[in-house]
Amino acid sequence: MPPLPDEARDEIRRLPDHYEQRRSALLPALFVAQREIGWLPPEALQEVADLLDLPLSDVTAVASFYRFFFLEPPGRHLILLCTNLACLLNGAEGLRRHLEERLGIRPGQTTPDGAFTFRESECLAACHLAPMLMVDRERFGPLTPRAVDELLERYRAR
Amino acid sequence: MPAESVLLRFMEGEGTADLDAYLRAGGYAAARHALTALTPEGVIDIVDQSGLRGKGGAGFPTARKWKFIPRGAPLKYVVVNGDEAEPCTFKDHMLLERAPHLLVEGIIIAAYAVGARKAYVYVRREGYLARERLRQAVAAAHARGFLGRKIFGTEMDLDVVVHSGAGAYIAGEETALLESLEGRRAMPRQRPPFPAVFGLYGRPTVVNNVETLSHLPAVIRLGAEAYRALGPPALFSVSGHVRTPGVYELPLGTPMRQVIAAAGGLRAGRRFKAAFPGGSSSAILTAEHLDVPMDYEPLRAAGSMLGSASLIVMDDTTCIVRVVARAVAFYKEESCGKCTPCREGTYWLSQIFDRILTGRGRAEDLELLAHISRGMSNGACFCLLGESVPPSLEASLRHFRHEYEYHIRTGRCDVEEALAAAVVPGA
Ligand SMILES: Cc1cc2nc3c(=O)[nH]c(=O)nc-3n(C[C@H](O)[C@H](O)[C@H](O)COP(=O)(O)O)c2cc1C
Ligand code: SF4
Ligand code: FES
Repeated sequence: MPPLPDEARDEIRRLPDHYEQRRSALLPALFVAQREIGWLPPEALQEVADLLDLPLSDVTAVASFYRFFFLEPPGRHLILLCTNLACLLNGAEGLRRHLEERLGIRPGQTTPDGAFTFRESECLAACHLAPMLMVDRERFGPLTPRAVDELLERYRAR
Repeated sequence: MPAESVLLRFMEGEGTADLDAYLRAGGYAAARHALTALTPEGVIDIVDQSGLRGKGGAGFPTARKWKFIPRGAPLKYVVVNGDEAEPCTFKDHMLLERAPHLLVEGIIIAAYAVGARKAYVYVRREGYLARERLRQAVAAAHARGFLGRKIFGTEMDLDVVVHSGAGAYIAGEETALLESLEGRRAMPRQRPPFPAVFGLYGRPTVVNNVETLSHLPAVIRLGAEAYRALGPPALFSVSGHVRTPGVYELPLGTPMRQVIAAAGGLRAGRRFKAAFPGGSSSAILTAEHLDVPMDYEPLRAAGSMLGSASLIVMDDTTCIVRVVARAVAFYKEESCGKCTPCREGTYWLSQIFDRILTGRGRAEDLELLAHISRGMSNGACFCLLGESVPPSLEASLRHFRHEYEYHIRTGRCDVEEALAAAVVPGA
């Protein structure tokens, strides 16, 4: 496990400046660590705890509560397929089946080649695009199975 | 674009994320006016008379909330709720992405009114573009002296910090949001004390929704009376089975039928079946309610609520059982687990829906659904997440009982069958 680079450690040390209490820097700090390593191995949790002078148990409790902290390595790309109401009403279930078939995995899993982690998502506040999904930081919709195939091809190459 | 729109005109076309575009559209004049020509009490009075109510779901009068903030406290905060994870609500992200300076200007006005010198904006993790645009807006406003030290040349200092969530719907509940902002698990706190008295780090804190604060420039610019005469105006997130789903600015009280029409109406050949008027926590309404004014009191009288003004439209191709099952699955997934009625209730409801939808429903399941639902009502849950489940479930059992019964009796969906029969006539 590569330790955090010095710049990231400095960045984390500076985060508490924005808050009256140091502890508020915990979520941002975990995101800095995750950006560097790709996920949050136990060593990274320990390092964040040390840098912010917080008990490791507090750091672990927080990291395990929120869904965008990865306690296992995810794929290179994260696919969030929204299946909440507006997307459901516009065909999200068909897209879910299509994605399961194309990726060969179920929601919550990572493809064997490590290219994609696939999750079903709650509403992503982009219902005008329904049915929609996000890959990493980008939104796409309204989608057809064909458009999904093109996206997979594009991202698999990255 | 309606000529009198107060928010939409900053969002359309290229939007006004660019500071110069916002200034050309008259931006920051209201904040400047408030800080240089009005007292904090004067601002609160105008907001009070404008009729502005919270747009995050509860509809609490904004000025009344601000008045709970103790005057003399040395440190106070403004916390902006940009979690926007209520199913099918997307106005706040639209605002942040296309017109982030409306919020920045609104924050200045609110902070001046309550005497805060620091504001935090909590944006859900997935709002990458919203956060980026807001951060740019904050930096640009800072560079022009609209934020930072002695803003607009007055004695007021104000800093705005943009903070990312990490994935939890419950973080939208204001006390859970404060917990999260303090670096803890997002679990609701006991209220009272309310955040206005004991909020972030135990300091007096105003928690307002993104849209609520984004209205403030218009409230100050137009004055209470002119603003109020516009409805008052509100953003409606319209989604589901409409031709042009999107965010529309319309006067509060616009009949549901006209809100649907604003979003392009239903698709060709389709009939209206039902709608959630205020997100998935609001009770489903049927065709008999198409003329109900989309406003707080009329919707309450109709047995539902305005909530975050998120109209989810369902046409005659919709299986209501499947929709309610999905809504219940959402609350099960997002239950923080702190209290039993919500944690267990959503779990058992999901189990029952699962068996009904996979053809294993039992005759007694409808009574069981109603029974569990009752166990989650009337203050049984620690926060409103759990209490969000019963309204739609009970409305669906009342209005669409036959659909449940058909699923249970036959293991099939009568809506799907009718659709299939229509596609292949005579088959
Ligand atoms: C489960 C739950 C989720 C909520 N989610 C949000 C949200 O995403 N955004 C929001 O502004 N308010 C949300 N609220 C309402 C907030 O608790 C609070 O009332 C609101 O932020 C106050 O701002 P306002 O008065 O300007 O509406 C939620 C409430 C509950 C119970
Ligand atoms: S009602 Fe649900 S979300 Fe709210 S405190 Fe109880 S378990 Fe948590
Ligand atoms: S329901 Fe899919 S983005 Fe809102």
